[in-house]
Amino acid sequence: MSRTDHELGPLVDLGTERPQVPARARIMSPIVPRGSISGSALVAVVAIMTFLASITTGTVLLVSASAAEWQSDVASEITIQVRPSPGRDLDRDSAAVADAVRAQSGIVDVRQFTREESAKLLEPWLGSGLSLDELPVPRVLVARVQPGSAVDLEALRRRVTQAGPTASVDDHRAWIERMRSMSGATVVAGLGILALVIVATIISVSFATRGAMAANRPIVEVLHFVGAGDRYIANRFLRHFLRLGLEGGVIGGGIAMLVFGFSESIANWFSGTPVGDQFAALLGTFSLRPSGYLALAVQAVAIAAITAWASRRTLFATLNDIE
Amino acid sequence: MVRFENVGLRYGLGPEILRDLSFLIPAHSFQFLTGPSGAGKTSLLKLLFLSLRPTRGLVNLFGNDVSLLSKDQIADLRKRIGIVLQDFRLLDHMTTYENVALPFRVMGRAESSYRKEVIDLLKWVGLGERMDALPPILSGGEKQRAAIARAVISRPQLLLADEPTGNVDPTLGRRLLRLFIELNKSGTAVVIATHDMTLMDQYDARRLVLHQGRLHIYE
Repeated sequence: MSRTDHELGPLVDLGTERPQVPARARIMSPIVPRGSISGSALVAVVAIMTFLASITTGTVLLVSASAAEWQSDVASEITIQVRPSPGRDLDRDSAAVADAVRAQSGIVDVRQFTREESAKLLEPWLGSGLSLDELPVPRVLVARVQPGSAVDLEALRRRVTQAGPTASVDDHRAWIERMRSMSGATVVAGLGILALVIVATIISVSFATRGAMAANRPIVEVLHFVGAGDRYIANRFLRHFLRLGLEGGVIGGGIAMLVFGFSESIANWFSGTPVGDQFAALLGTFSLRPSGYLALAVQAVAIAAITAWASRRTLFATLNDIE
Repeated sequence: MVRFENVGLRYGLGPEILRDLSFLIPAHSFQFLTGPSGAGKTSLLKLLFLSLRPTRGLVNLFGNDVSLLSKDQIADLRKRIGIVLQDFRLLDHMTTYENVALPFRVMGRAESSYRKEVIDLLKWVGLGERMDALPPILSGGEKQRAAIARAVISRPQLLLADEPTGNVDPTLGRRLLRLFIELNKSGTAVVIATHDMTLMDQYDARRLVLHQGRLHIYE
């Protein structure tokens, strides 16, 4: 049975006491006051988690991109070594092998390292002023493979061995495999760290939600008294947690993006130093592509959404215990 | 409207504090619920408000067996019940106006649709000048009147009040009783738990007397 004001008339008759009703709408206080939820601690936790997750994701993206670059560089080259042997002319053998390699289909260029270039390659180990005549140093040839074409390695080996019996072919497969496993391990480790960060975020948010519900228990009880359902009550709290999650996500994700934005400049400061050179060799220019920044932004929003979801889950579980 | 059949209630493993309660609360009826302190008046009101479940017996509210209701259904039924508790339960961060308007807000009504009604009622209960005051600065009597206004503002089909005149002077007590009577005349069933004999003597109504966990009804 529903009853309307029209059917019943005014609840009270004030006679001459009737007040003047203000024309403008009142600004109503939020049902759950913002200050009743200890937001700053939760924002800090979500910001730290988002920052860690963003740094992890950014680093994984950098390593994957660099590894893919190395792989494509290394896979596009084949190295041939011609070893010195008593009774054989190393220069003539090298020239013959170079011609044989050029004749192989799929090879676009062959570069023969000169004596001086070979000496330069060994300089870090053997020092300068080296005379290769005194050492049995092999001669190196680097063949560039046409992108997208597969070279018949067996045929190439046969051809090379015929031209120079002491020559051997290295297609860098072992290196590529190692790099593939290294980048794969980095991605797996990154995903593991991300999973831990997300679990820690969910646990922190659940604790914060329980704390907020305990602090606001009188409000929840009164809302139950006036006929509010769990969904209505949960939504009042959820708005706060979604806002806190977004704040934390934007702060943490924003700082991480700034770190990556400035990392190129920071890398430049260290260039020329051994550490800087190692980093440059490992991670290239240390700069994220635009798609990387987009991934970090999406991740920050996802962490805010996870915060809201974890909060909602805890809210309904806690509301079940409050009459 | 409300039917109790052989209802019993105990807290945990303690003794049964309400025993074999069987009674009806018809629509449009008015009754006082009385009895000595500790007789179980507040517990009975909580059973009527569905914030307690009986340990045995049948409670039927608005045609529904309450033991079969989900939480959402209970919330819907509570929208048809107004309750005034002894500890008022006002929200301290909201003004008197906002506290009284809370049931309408939960129903999703626009503020403009109920503003006049809330202000009229606040004037009626003598809180016209305290509309924008927060509960912590209201006196006990003012809090009680705000709690009563919140309970009756949505014109519930059933009004439950626990010692509603306990903190007000006799004149205001009579005025509040008049409000309950007006509400009853407009169709609300009213249950007032009190041991204020003066209040009960002012209006000839049915009396439900709780004594040692059992209910005696005087028509």
